[in-house]
Parts: sequence; C-alpha cells; structure tokens
Amino acid sequence: MTQPGVGITAFGAYLPRLRLQRKAMAAANAWANPGIVAQGKGERTMANWDEDAVTMAVEAARDALPAGPDPIKSRHFVDALFFASTTMPFADRQNAGIVASALSLPEEIHSIDISGSQRAGVSALIAAAEKVKAGGAKAALVASGDRRKTRAGAVQEFQYGDGAASFIFGNENVAARFLGSHSLSIDFVDHFRGEGEEFDYGWEERWIRDEGFSKIVPRAVRALLTKTGVSAAAVDHFILPCLFPKLDQQIAKMCDIDPAKVRDNLGATVGECGTSHALVMLAHALEDAKPGQKILVAAFGQGCDTVLFEVTDAIAKAQPKNGVKGWLARRKEETNYMKWLAFNGLLEMEKGMRAEKDNKTALTVTYRKRDMLFGLVGGKCEKCGTAQFPRTRICVNPNCRAVDEQKPFSFAELQGKILSWSADYLTYSQDPPSHYGMVTFEEGGRFLSDITDVDIGTIDTGTKVRMSFRIKDFDDRRGFRRYFWKAVPV
Amino acid sequence: MATGIKDKVAILGMGCSKFGERWDMGAEELMVEAYLEAAKDAGVETSQIQAAWLSTHIDEQSVGKGGTPLSVALRLPNIAVTRVENFCASGSEAFRGAVYAVAAGACDIALALGVEKLKDTGYGGLPTGQPGTLLPQWGANGSAPGNFAQLASAYRAKHGVSKQDLKRAIAHVSVKSHENGAKNPKAHLQKPITEEMALNAPMIAEPLGLFDCCGVSDGAAAAIVTTPEIARAMGKKDIITVKALQLALSNGLESMHNSWDGSYFHTARIASKRAYDEAGIKKPRDEISMMEVHDCFSITELVTMEDLFISDEGRAVHDVMDGFYDAGGKVPCQIDGGLKCFGHPIGASGLRMLYEMYLQLQGRAGARQLKNPKIGMTHNLGGAPSMNVCSVAIIGAQGA
Repeated sequence: MTQPGVGITAFGAYLPRLRLQRKAMAAANAWANPGIVAQGKGERTMANWDEDAVTMAVEAARDALPAGPDPIKSRHFVDALFFASTTMPFADRQNAGIVASALSLPEEIHSIDISGSQRAGVSALIAAAEKVKAGGAKAALVASGDRRKTRAGAVQEFQYGDGAASFIFGNENVAARFLGSHSLSIDFVDHFRGEGEEFDYGWEERWIRDEGFSKIVPRAVRALLTKTGVSAAAVDHFILPCLFPKLDQQIAKMCDIDPAKVRDNLGATVGECGTSHALVMLAHALEDAKPGQKILVAAFGQGCDTVLFEVTDAIAKAQPKNGVKGWLARRKEETNYMKWLAFNGLLEMEKGMRAEKDNKTALTVTYRKRDMLFGLVGGKCEKCGTAQFPRTRICVNPNCRAVDEQKPFSFAELQGKILSWSADYLTYSQDPPSHYGMVTFEEGGRFLSDITDVDIGTIDTGTKVRMSFRIKDFDDRRGFRRYFWKAVPV
Repeated sequence: MATGIKDKVAILGMGCSKFGERWDMGAEELMVEAYLEAAKDAGVETSQIQAAWLSTHIDEQSVGKGGTPLSVALRLPNIAVTRVENFCASGSEAFRGAVYAVAAGACDIALALGVEKLKDTGYGGLPTGQPGTLLPQWGANGSAPGNFAQLASAYRAKHGVSKQDLKRAIAHVSVKSHENGAKNPKAHLQKPITEEMALNAPMIAEPLGLFDCCGVSDGAAAAIVTTPEIARAMGKKDIITVKALQLALSNGLESMHNSWDGSYFHTARIASKRAYDEAGIKKPRDEISMMEVHDCFSITELVTMEDLFISDEGRAVHDVMDGFYDAGGKVPCQIDGGLKCFGHPIGASGLRMLYEMYLQLQGRAGARQLKNPKIGMTHNLGGAPSMNVCSVAIIGAQGA
C-alpha cells in the first residue's frame, strides 16, 4: 500500500571542496603500517577548517530549499526541523536551532536534534515523514551533516568522508512518496564513543560483518518489504552504507534484491559521511531516479532503520541546485596530509602568539544580533531603498539618513563581488594566508568579509562570490565556537 | 562664525625620544625623554604648564588608561591631564587639544605628549586587540597590513595599473623613506634598502612585503604650545604657528555604502580640503614645502598623495617614480624617514610628524635639512581604509 501525498518534496546535498588523496594519506602512514597502502586509492572529502556538521547541513538545506533572494519569505513554509548527526558541535545547546537560525527559518517551528547512532540520519527521515503523515507538520526539513573524527592513520580515516544532505517532507508536489519504514533496535555495539571521548572504539570487523550487518540488516529489509507489500524485485535502488567490500550486494542478495540495484556507496570519491551517508546516497539516487522507481534505504547502527520511497513525476522539478553530482564536480585535490591533520586537530601546530587572543563570545550580543550573525540579515531602508549591512537605526545613504526605517533584509542568498582583497600572512589563521576583502552586493550593501575555500592567486577585484555559513572562531578555553558568513568564490 | 586656527597658536618647543626597540625603557621613561627636550627647547619649567593632553592607543600595552601616567611621570603640578585615543591619529588629537585650549584662552601654556610602548608584547607587528563585543563576531580576520593592502587591488582596478607597476611604485616609496631615515639619528631603522630588496621581501599581506610595512616602535614625542604673543614675549624668534588642524572621521559610508570604490581615503580628501581652506592654501602642489604623511604601509602613502591633492588622481604612481616626493624632489615627503623608518609608536606618531616639520622650518634638521621650507603639512591616519580617523595639520613660519 502506498501513502499518497506524503514524501520528499525537495532534496539537496553538500560536499566540501577539498578531496584528500588517499595515496598521499597512505604515503604518510605506510612507515608505521605498511598494510595501509591497500587503502591508498581514490579520494575522500575533507571539510575545511571552518566547516562542521552544522555548517555542512546548512549548505545542504540551502541546496534543497527553494531558490529566491529572500529566505525570510521563501522559507517561511517550513514548520519542523530535524537535524541528524553524531558529530554535533554542542552537547547541550540545540544544534538544530543553529541550523534554523542560519537558514532564517521562522521561530515557530518544531526543531529536534537526532543523534546517538549511525542510523540517526535515516531515523530523522522516518520521523519527518511520520510527523507530516500525522498532520503534525506541513513541511518538515531534515538536515544531516557529519564530520567524523578518527585517530591519525586509522583505516577509518581513509574510509570516512565529510558531507551533508537535506530533505523536505510534505504532502504537496511529492517527488518521492514515503511508502513506509521499519526499524529494529538491537544493542549491537560494533563501536561506541563514550561521553567526553574524542574517538570511537571499535570491535572486530569480522564479527560486525557476520553477526551484525549480515543478520540485522536483512531482517529489517525483509520486514519492510512485507510491511509495505513491495516485492524485492520491485526495488530499483538499494542504499546501504557499508564499509565491507561487496557486503551491500551480498545483503541485497539475501533479501532477494538484485545486486545490480545496489547504489554506488561513493567510497571512491567521497568516503562514508557518518550518519549522513545514507542521506547523501539517497540524494544521489534521486538525481538519477525515474518516476515509478522504488528506493529502499537501510542504515545499520545498534539495530537498523529502513525506509522505502517511490519516485513520482514530480522528481524532475524537485532537483537540487547542485546536488551530489554538482558538489562532486566542484573539487580541489589535496595532497598535504599534514594539512589534514592540522584541520582536524590531530596535530599540535605552532600558532604563534597572535593565536592567544581570547575568543570569548558575549552571548547577550550574539542573541541581540542573532538575525545578523546567523542569518546574514541586514536592513533595507524603506525610505530610500538602500540595502545595508549591518542593520542600523540611521540609514547610511548620505542623501537619506532616515531614522528607524530599515526592514530586515537578508544577504545570505545574494551573489556578491569582490571590490578589494588581501591575503594576509600576519594575522593568525588555521589556513594561512587569511583571505578577506570588501564584498559588495548589487542590491546595495557591502562589508569586509572573510573569504574561504579560496586558493592563493585566484581572486581579484570583480571576482563573484556566494555567501556560506561557516565557523568564525573557536573558543577552546570554553568549548565554544561562533559562526558567521564568509564569501566563497563562485 | 568660526575663524579657524590659523596663526592663533605658536609652537614653543618640541621634543622627541629616540624611536625604536627601546628595551631599556618603559613608557614612563620615554615620556620623560621627549618632555625634557621639549621643555628645554621651549624654555619653560614644569610649573608653567597649565594643562596637558596625553595620547596613547593601546592602553593594555602602554601605560594603561587615564591621564595620570603622564601627570605622575612628569610630576605635573596637579593640572588637568586628558588622555585621548583616536587610533593611530591619537598624537594629532593630543596636539589639537592643547592648541585649542590655548586658542580658547583657557590657558597660556599647554603640553601635548604622545607615547607608545609596543615592544613588550613578545612578538613582532602591532598587538592584536578586542574591538568591542560585536565586531569580533563578524569582522573579517585581518591585521593592519591586510586592511591597508585592500587599497592596492581597488586602486589597480580603478586606474588600470598592473600588479608589477604598482609593486614597483610602492617599493620606491619605501626605498625613499629608508634613504631619508638613514640620515636621522633618532630613527628606528637607519639602513638604506634597494628596490630589489623591497620587491623580494617576504610577503606580509598581498601585495605588501616586509619593506612595505612601517616599523613597530617604542617612542614618545611632545609639543608645548602657547600664543604667538607669549612666545615673542619669551624672546622667541622664528616663531612657528599652527595654520590648520583638521580631523575627518568615517561615518560608515566607506564600509557600508557602495558609493566608495575602495581605492582612496574618503576622509583624507575631506580633511585636506578643510585644512587648505583654513590655512588659505590654494595650490597645495606648489605651496606645500614638505610633508609627513601616515605611511603605515607604502600603499597608504601612495594613494594619500592623491587624497591630499598633491598628485592628480591616478598619477601618484608616476610622481612617485619620477622622484617628486624624494628628498630632492618638489615636495619632499617623509624627510625624517616617516613611520616607515622613524618608526610608529602609535600615540606619539602625530606629534613626531610635527616635530620634523618644526625642526625643518627652523632649519635645525641636521643632515636632512631641506632648503628654506615655508609650509609643512602632516597627515596622520588611524583605523583602516574603510573606517578611519584622518588628521591633517599645517604649520609654518608666522606670517607665511
């Protein structure tokens, strides 16, 4: 039985620009572990120093949300937000709230963090679908990002990737109908990360493969097919994040699903993006899927979550701005393993005394200016029409100077242009030189902005940029990080 | 109707410490060094000083807040001491306070003293600070050289100057200042450099290399001012008077409004026009004998030549390369070495510039003395191109 009217109405993804070359990783680690050279193929996505689960999820959601210069208006329809990750930057401060603010979503939404296992991403899909189905929300946004940390030289360091995906669930213009889900909750501890621990601790792989994946996943998949009345033969795309070579195909076979229907797990180009990975693969599948096709998603993690979708005619109009394919194409090879270690806090780098400045954040100010800092919302003077950032009480236009006439105006989705710039080797930066410049917007407004995802010698006056929500600073003394927007060359 | 400051106040005496890495002295001792020279030059006793202004920028690194550090260091007779801070233009601000007090008739003799002790941070370059509670949450992660370097890209784009030509012109700006600084025993940096050295120096903030940046120095400078009448009564000859004192501050236009193209200093154009009006100068390129400008970075000096209306817009590169601003040129600039080589103890710099103009006008500049200068101009700027404080002061012989 299908569930007409409930399902995915839009989707998006995000992959960081840098692609760490596994050959370089292997070359750096082979002295200690000669066997690691077997992992030295392909590349993995590598988040910039200023990206985390939240910022990547924000990018993926922007990829999914309707295009339009004014996010405050165009995103007002969203009334629920599920943020899934096991690498959330805050243990106690709602991470979904940061995502919502960065997206300028209305405050009247139900937002939740979903975490705790590698199936959290798919759990979020199910929760969102069920919420819409139950009438609890009209448009539920799922955003998931992960930046998993491993010790230097671990096999997982080669296998993982950084990335994010996002979906909107609704009951109008459904592009992939939600046919049903089935979950198993089994405390099978293949790995764990205890409170306050930086790294995962894992058990023997053969046991995970044979007792875990091979027994738990087929049980959940079979139950889902039975429950939804869909035959195994009808599954057109089978999605199962799994690091064991070919095990996904063997599991498909165990469930009578054609192994040829198993989706590429993007291991060669992306790596496994934690709990977001099933969602990244789902977005990738939706970029290929034809109306009428069925997509089965399974995610393993202390049990298994499975969900089944049926693609509709609306899929053509539901395509994301970039999608997995678009972000895959936007890539820069990184061969410097030292840089990887530095970006991931795996190496104590000399930072110089300039890095000692206290990054304590005045939270009262952060709250008072929250639309500015999280949403990149400035002002537009109602009297003269001048857009300006930040929003102030007196208009900056020398021929206007109207008082208290500025209405909130978002710059987040506007394209900017570099007026002036420098690459600064003096100021402390995790990725020197620090690039910044005056970014101007055609609609009016400008500000001196950090520039990220940029290579030395590639920008000049006139370079076009888009704005991206990033980590501004870390406050290591207090375990805080602050966010703001930066310009990224288009 | 305001009548302006022209010829209402005379400089009675000036002093300036040796600038540089003064490992031997703190700010308190530097203040005394500059003051003793100024008091001797003026011929006054400390008991005759009726009001004082102290300028420092970075209170965490220098003497702390308030006017008491100056009062205590000089054992001033319990007079009013006001501490002023206006970024790198703080020294000019102290001078303005003292000059206006005398012009107002509030006192007969006033002191302006600026000081900065920068070499107690443990690292090179200007110290980093916390600019309030909001800006750190969104302001670009930059330093002074990177902020001023912004001028270069915008200037190139506007005037169609190639990277190489601009780099060579700003290299010449620094070569010229090093040449001048080598003749100044009080300068921080006294070694000449070649253009090749400037072009090949390590990059600090694209396109500014090491030699495009001024010295970060310890130092103090002081001025004692009075009325021309009192100066004469005290037996002073060759009286140097203040012709103009102007200050223009950004109001957010450059940083927030798209009418500014990033290639020039909006405030400097305003302050210099006002200063020329106040001093009665019609053709600055012909009438200004010499100047000290705020060459915190070579690119700053280059664009400032246009903002002070000495070079026509877009022509500074040519004037610089033609030697127009060299010691032997038409309008010698940074004859004492400038911020580049004399050094930049922030709170003292505005007063240091005036010190050189004062010495030159009195024919006391030693090996770097220019021939018969009449009018000296100082340009002292604080902040960044997109948000700044700009001071322009003009002094000259009384009646000039």
